[in-house]
Parts: sequence; structure tokens; C-alpha cells
Amino acid sequence: MNAIIKNPLALAGLMIIAIISFMAIFAPLITPFDPDAINVKSILLSPSSAHWMGTDGLGRDVYSRMLFGARISLLVGIVAVGIATVIGIVLGAISGFYRGWVDTVIMRLVDVMLSIPTFFLILAVIAFLTPSIWNIMIVIGLTSWMGVTRLVRAEFLSLRNREFVLASQTLGATDRRLIFKQLLPNSLTPIIVSSVLGIASAVLVESGLSFLGLGVQAPQASWGNILTDGKEYIEFAWWLSLFPGLAILITVMGYNLLGEGLRDALDPRTSNNK
Amino acid sequence: MLKYLMNRLLWMVPLLVGISLISFLIMHLAPGDITSTEASFNPKTSEESRQKLRELYHLDKPVIVQYGLWLKRMSTLDFGRSFASHQSPVFWQETDKDGNITKGMIQEALPVTLLINVLSLSLIIAMALPLGVISALTQNKLPDRSITIFVFIGFAIPSFWLALMLMYWTGVSHNWLPISGLHSLGAEKMPWLAQWIDGLKHLTLPILISGLTGLAGISLFVRNGMLDVLHQDYITTARAKGLSENTVVYKHALRNALLPLITIFGLSIPGLIGGSVIAESIFAIPGMGKLFYDAVLMRDFPVIMGILTIGSALTLIGNLLADLAYAWADPRVRKGVVQ
Repeated sequence: MNAIIKNPLALAGLMIIAIISFMAIFAPLITPFDPDAINVKSILLSPSSAHWMGTDGLGRDVYSRMLFGARISLLVGIVAVGIATVIGIVLGAISGFYRGWVDTVIMRLVDVMLSIPTFFLILAVIAFLTPSIWNIMIVIGLTSWMGVTRLVRAEFLSLRNREFVLASQTLGATDRRLIFKQLLPNSLTPIIVSSVLGIASAVLVESGLSFLGLGVQAPQASWGNILTDGKEYIEFAWWLSLFPGLAILITVMGYNLLGEGLRDALDPRTSNNK
Repeated sequence: MLKYLMNRLLWMVPLLVGISLISFLIMHLAPGDITSTEASFNPKTSEESRQKLRELYHLDKPVIVQYGLWLKRMSTLDFGRSFASHQSPVFWQETDKDGNITKGMIQEALPVTLLINVLSLSLIIAMALPLGVISALTQNKLPDRSITIFVFIGFAIPSFWLALMLMYWTGVSHNWLPISGLHSLGAEKMPWLAQWIDGLKHLTLPILISGLTGLAGISLFVRNGMLDVLHQDYITTARAKGLSENTVVYKHALRNALLPLITIFGLSIPGLIGGSVIAESIFAIPGMGKLFYDAVLMRDFPVIMGILTIGSALTLIGNLLADLAYAWADPRVRKGVVQ
């Protein structure tokens, strides 16, 4: 925690994420309007003191929809990365710990997954399923575990023959104990960094899918589908496209800053370089 | 070199088998058989089209037979006919009785996507190299700091939003550039030079978008690569020999820093191909991405599976080319000294 506070990048990222998470969690208490309330008397109003970010084509308050959209983006990002990280840790640990043919099979699977264009893969899967938040999370999670797997495997391979691991193995520690008490805790730093960076890209993917109409479905608000509406009205309602894009940009930047900052702060090699 | 090439080619076989397995798995992901999800999605689906799907993927046969038939389909690139246009999704063009030629859907779309990607890759190289080098040479000073901020924004900016904003700015409010399609109306009647300029104008925005969003990663990579190399002993030696700073930086350092870039380009191919979905559907450009997007919206499964396969094959070919280029540039790899 100290390391984060001393690193200005990480601190900036952490603050951005904290503010956005706060607004997302307390959205129902902060929002001045019901995000789904259609009001024909207030269609496409430009930003004002009543409607901070204006209103959309159905007269809904954009600021309220943005706050509820934040919930979706963060939820999808975190759950998708959670799924990917769990798969990555399990496969990477098996691969790096047991090596041999299991390792070969898992690494070939990673190669195969990496040679299918990810966005094509995600869209193809979605074509066979019904788009819903849960499906989106699962699909993004199932298509983004390869990086973590390689990372965990590499960490395990390099830690496996270190003295402290060999020592406890000699003392009769079981494989399970070695994995969970020795290897995994010592691999946590790069896993955390890659998960934080992973949330950033998951948020981008989700908003892209929703923008294309294949992610979160209307009337549920998401930053991506507010932008889709914005595209329709781009000639006379700039606020509909400007704010969701900025929100995505700032959120993704927050996670990237935190991730890179953490990497610098926690990794002695890069922090000496600076 | 030949041995290296053979090795790399053999290496692709298990990958292709893996890809066929994953795509087969996708077809069976849907709960029940895929025909039922399609039906629940689109109320217009008739019993007839469900029957078509069942026939297409032999859903009434045992799973192992289905996979065998799927593997056969994939290896002959025969994915069945598009449900929507009845064209064949992949390359083969056909001539009917009256001599009319119907092209395969990917045959028509692929060159467009390749052109856009090659041009945007060139743009990325042209801009990322100087940015990365400047950044490394002015480490932690103002130019480096500003480029780093630019890189962070580049990483975080959603390409579809950038596309919308540029579209609004250059197309709607200033009317500088066309914002959709590949040609203006009546372009085929223009002289060839005007046609060419017209096409280029239509491509400007899509190329800018994928160029600008891909730029950040590459320039950061060049920067870190340069910093790494500049701290090596042979650079100190070069300086100690009294070589000019320019010779040291551009002849000794940059060339070595650029080597890994070849691999990075190879690795960025699937991202570029996948990314074409967003750019092409926003600007209504008839490439692979748009074709794929439309197919997903219409649940046109033969086209979806065809593009997924071709897209993966392209990635494999791209990686192969990158590896060959690396082996060509670095004798250590070619001779098997380092992996």
C-alpha cells in the first residue's frame, strides 16, 4: 500500500478508480433522475443545471444513465478478469509445476487461442448465444486467460528450483502445500498487475460490443450503448457521444495507470531503472 | 534456413487442428442444439432454415462424425452457402450458365481489409519510430513525459469513440472527408486518377483510426527497447571508440532495438484483423470486419465460421512471416543458437 502512495502514477490511477467505483456503487442515491424514465417533454436537451449531461432521444437524463452505465462497465470488467485470472492461475500453475506433457498440451492450447483473432472469437461465440451481461462476462473471461497462464507458468518455472522451495520439498511438503504456500504467494505481484491491466481492456471490449449492439442490450444503460444512440444524433446532440467516450477513456486510463504504477512500484528491476 | 522454414510449417499443423476443435466447440456452445437458439433469437426462423442448419452441420449424427465432417469442410474451405445471400462465403468464384461471375464473399472483402491494415501498419511505423526514439533519448525530460501521456491516452481511447469524434469533426461539421463507404456515388464514371483520390479520401479516416489506436503500444515498445539497448556494453564501446552520437544511436542502437519489433508486429495481426470489425462497421466499408459483423447480426453461420477460419489462418500466416523475417534479420535465430 505504501508503494502505491509513493508512486504518483499509481496514486492517480487509484483515485480515478475510487471515484468512479464510488459513483457506480451509490448510483441510485446520487442520480437525480430515474435512468430509464422516458420523458417526451425533455427530448435531446443540451447540458444544463438540471440535466448535467443533457438528455437523449427519449428524454432520459444522460448523467443518470452514465452512472448506471458505470456499474455495468465495472462489473463486467471485474468479473470477466476474475474468470480469466482463475483459469490462468489454475492452468499456469499446473503447467509450470508439473511440466512434461501436461505443460505441452496447455501451452499448445494457449498458442491456438492466441491465433484466433480475439474479437472475431468473441463475436462468433455471441452469435451462438443470446447477448446478456452474464454471457458477455463469461465470453470475455473465457477468451482472455492466455496471458495470465503464460505469466503464472513462467513465475512457477523460475521459482520451482529456488532454495526455499527445494528446502520445503525436502522437508516433505506436499505438492499442494508447495503450490499454495510457496509458489503462488510469490507470484502474486505480476498476477495483480496483469489483472488490473486486464480490467482496462475488458472495459474497452465490453463497451465496443455494446456499441455494436452485441453487448448490453437496451433499455439497460451501458457506456457503449449510450454511444450508439449518440451516433444516431451526432449532428445535433454532441453531448450524447462526448460523455460516454470520455468516461470510458478515463476509466480505462485509471486502471492502466494503476497497473503500470504498481508494476513500477513493486518490481525492483524497473524502479531502479528510473 | 530451409530447415527452419520446414519446422515452422510443420508447427502450424497442430495449431490448425486446435483451431478446428475450438471452432467446433463454439458451434456446440449453445445450450441444446444451435437451431433452438437461432429460433429463440429470430422469430422469423422457419422450420425450413432450422432443417438447413441441421443438415449443414450434420447435427443428427454422432459428435465424432460431426467433427470429422467439420474438419473435412474446413480443410476444403467449404463452409456451405450463406443463408442471406446464397453466395459461397470463402474464395471460390463461380460462373453460372449465362456467364455471370459470382465472387466468394471473403474473396471480395479480404483485399479491402488487407489494404487498410497494410496502410495503417505503415502509418504506425512511420509515427511510432520517431516518437519512441525521441522518448528514449530524452528519458524523463519534457518530450518523453509528453509522449508518455500521449501513449497512455492512446492505450485508453476507445477506437469507436475516436472514430465518431473524427467523423463528426472532419465529415459533419467541416465536410472535409467522406464518412462512409469506399466510393462516392458515380465514382465509376470518373477518370482513374479521380477514382483513386476518391478511394483514398474514403480510406483516410479508417486508416487514421486504426493507426492512432495502434500507435501507442508500438511507440512505447520502441522507447523501452531503445533504453534497454542504450545501456548495453557494446554501446559504451561504440561511444568509447569516439563514434558520433548519431552513429551510435541510429546505426548501433536503433537497429538492434528494432529487431523484437518484428515479433510485435506479428503478434498484433489478430488484433488488427479483429479490430477491423469496429472501424469497418462504423464507416460502412465492405471488408472482412463488416462482413463478419453483418453475419453475426443475421446469424449467418456459414459466413461466421468461414471468416473465423480464414481470420485464424491469416494470423498463422502473419506469424509465420514475422518469424521468417526475424530469422532473416537475426542469424542467431536462423542458426538455432537462441530460441
